[in-house]
Amino acid sequence: MHNTRSIFQREIRGFFNSPMAYIFLVIFSVFNGYFFTSTFFLYNQSDLRSLFSIVPMVYLIFVPAISMGLIARENNIGTMETIATLPIKTHEFVLGKYFAAVVLILLGLLATIIHFITLVKFGTKIDYGALFTGYIGLALVGSMYASIGIFASSITDNQVVAFIIGIFIVLVFFLMGFFLPLVPANLAGIVQYISVDYHYSNISRGVIDSRNIVYFLSVIGFFLIMTVQSLESRRWS
Amino acid sequence: MIKVQDLSKDYGDVQAVKSIDFEIDDGEIVGFLGENGAGKTTTLKMLTGYLVPTAGNVEINDLNINDNALEIQKQIGYLPELNPLYPEMSVYEYLEFIARVRNIIGKNFREALSRVVDRCGLQGVVHKQVSSCSKGYKQRIGLAGSMIHDPKILILDEPVTGLDPNQIVEIRELIKSLGREKLVLMSSHILQEIQVTVDRIMIIHQGEIVANGTNEELMSSFKGNTILNLEVRNANDNSLKDLSIAIPNIDVANIEQKKDYHIIQLEYDQKVDPREDLFNYAVSSGWVILKMTPTTTDLEDVFRKLTMEGKADA
Repeated sequence: MHNTRSIFQREIRGFFNSPMAYIFLVIFSVFNGYFFTSTFFLYNQSDLRSLFSIVPMVYLIFVPAISMGLIARENNIGTMETIATLPIKTHEFVLGKYFAAVVLILLGLLATIIHFITLVKFGTKIDYGALFTGYIGLALVGSMYASIGIFASSITDNQVVAFIIGIFIVLVFFLMGFFLPLVPANLAGIVQYISVDYHYSNISRGVIDSRNIVYFLSVIGFFLIMTVQSLESRRWS
Repeated sequence: MIKVQDLSKDYGDVQAVKSIDFEIDDGEIVGFLGENGAGKTTTLKMLTGYLVPTAGNVEINDLNINDNALEIQKQIGYLPELNPLYPEMSVYEYLEFIARVRNIIGKNFREALSRVVDRCGLQGVVHKQVSSCSKGYKQRIGLAGSMIHDPKILILDEPVTGLDPNQIVEIRELIKSLGREKLVLMSSHILQEIQVTVDRIMIIHQGEIVANGTNEELMSSFKGNTILNLEVRNANDNSLKDLSIAIPNIDVANIEQKKDYHIIQLEYDQKVDPREDLFNYAVSSGWVILKMTPTTTDLEDVFRKLTMEGKADA
């Protein structure tokens, strides 16, 4: 456990020692702020629905961007060899890296609290429950995309390649829902279950169903295990 | 103690390491010498648990690498080839990170830090960023990281590559002083480097260990011929012609006529020494010896011979 923490701390420090974290936080906030406030006052509704629909789309680019370097960079500058020959288990390393990415995403979400304050100030009859689950949903989607991002980062030592692979896999999950009308009826159930939007929209509407939580946790678990496997397999090459 | 048996590594169809065996005792400094691509780095990567062997066995301090990689990694220090570091961290942060992973914290860390800073001469750069340090300092930072837990075994892959001559001497002295208390296995493709630093040399060529012994042992097992350059004045053709008859066991390789002297190149087995006979012959023939310089085979010839011809017995 202390190894996971060491890796996590090093990574967080790395984020904030480089412009990475600041660029991410600023641009993430500006993007969300622009798209949110441009419609918020027009709709005249006391909710953050427009924020909750814009953030998952902003994630599509941002999460692969912050996770692309997690492992690819270590491979690239050779420090993976240092790490791999220290007494650290592969899963401790992966978890430490993963938590660092998740924390950065949560910090990004924290910055959107400003819109929440706007809402509280101007809105009436606010549904705090739906706001709470909406944020839970955003955190889960971000965490899921981060697990995909770290996997993409583990299979290459080129950050740009990791970024592109990350976006591609994330898009598959994101767009699945849109293809729903096109797939045969007997596959529709499966496609719907794989789609992020199906699970996310349930949660952001204020319904926390264990099936949706299980979906997110199992996708995250799947990609983290794949990441560990891809790192382990390098030792056998 | 390191014990390697039948160790092999294949990369696809390429056999990088072919069933090698060796043992290294505590307190030895052993040099692993070979050309680029001979299998040095692959072997070291298997010893440190970075790569899984295709076949064979590695035992370090009686632990098997396949079953106890983590335990072995706790006991060894490893400096990978090209000395990878995190450029954005300060030297202090880097060493703190490595120490933390090795569970060295608080007072223990402060002690370990002052020990490695002292040992590796990092006093001036502890709070500098790694990326702003010179190559020689980076190498020392890497070394400091690999020995922060005071390991009994140090494995260094090409520790002096890319350094300038003064830095090489510094790192060499450091390694030598470490070798007094630790087992050090270092690789290099530079013979002169290995020769002056280590107690014992293992030469690897195309994935096989072709020689293993001390400097002297290697030289004596590969004694070739001595070549002697003789410069004489007043030598006439007859006495030159009779030289090889008068002195047995020598070959006259070449005679060169200069303005008023001759350069004679002789070759003979290193086991014999005909210099006295030569002197007497020169006196009796009325020659004046201007110069007599024997050149014996050195380790470089041994190395060249081994790596050109392939396997030989050592």
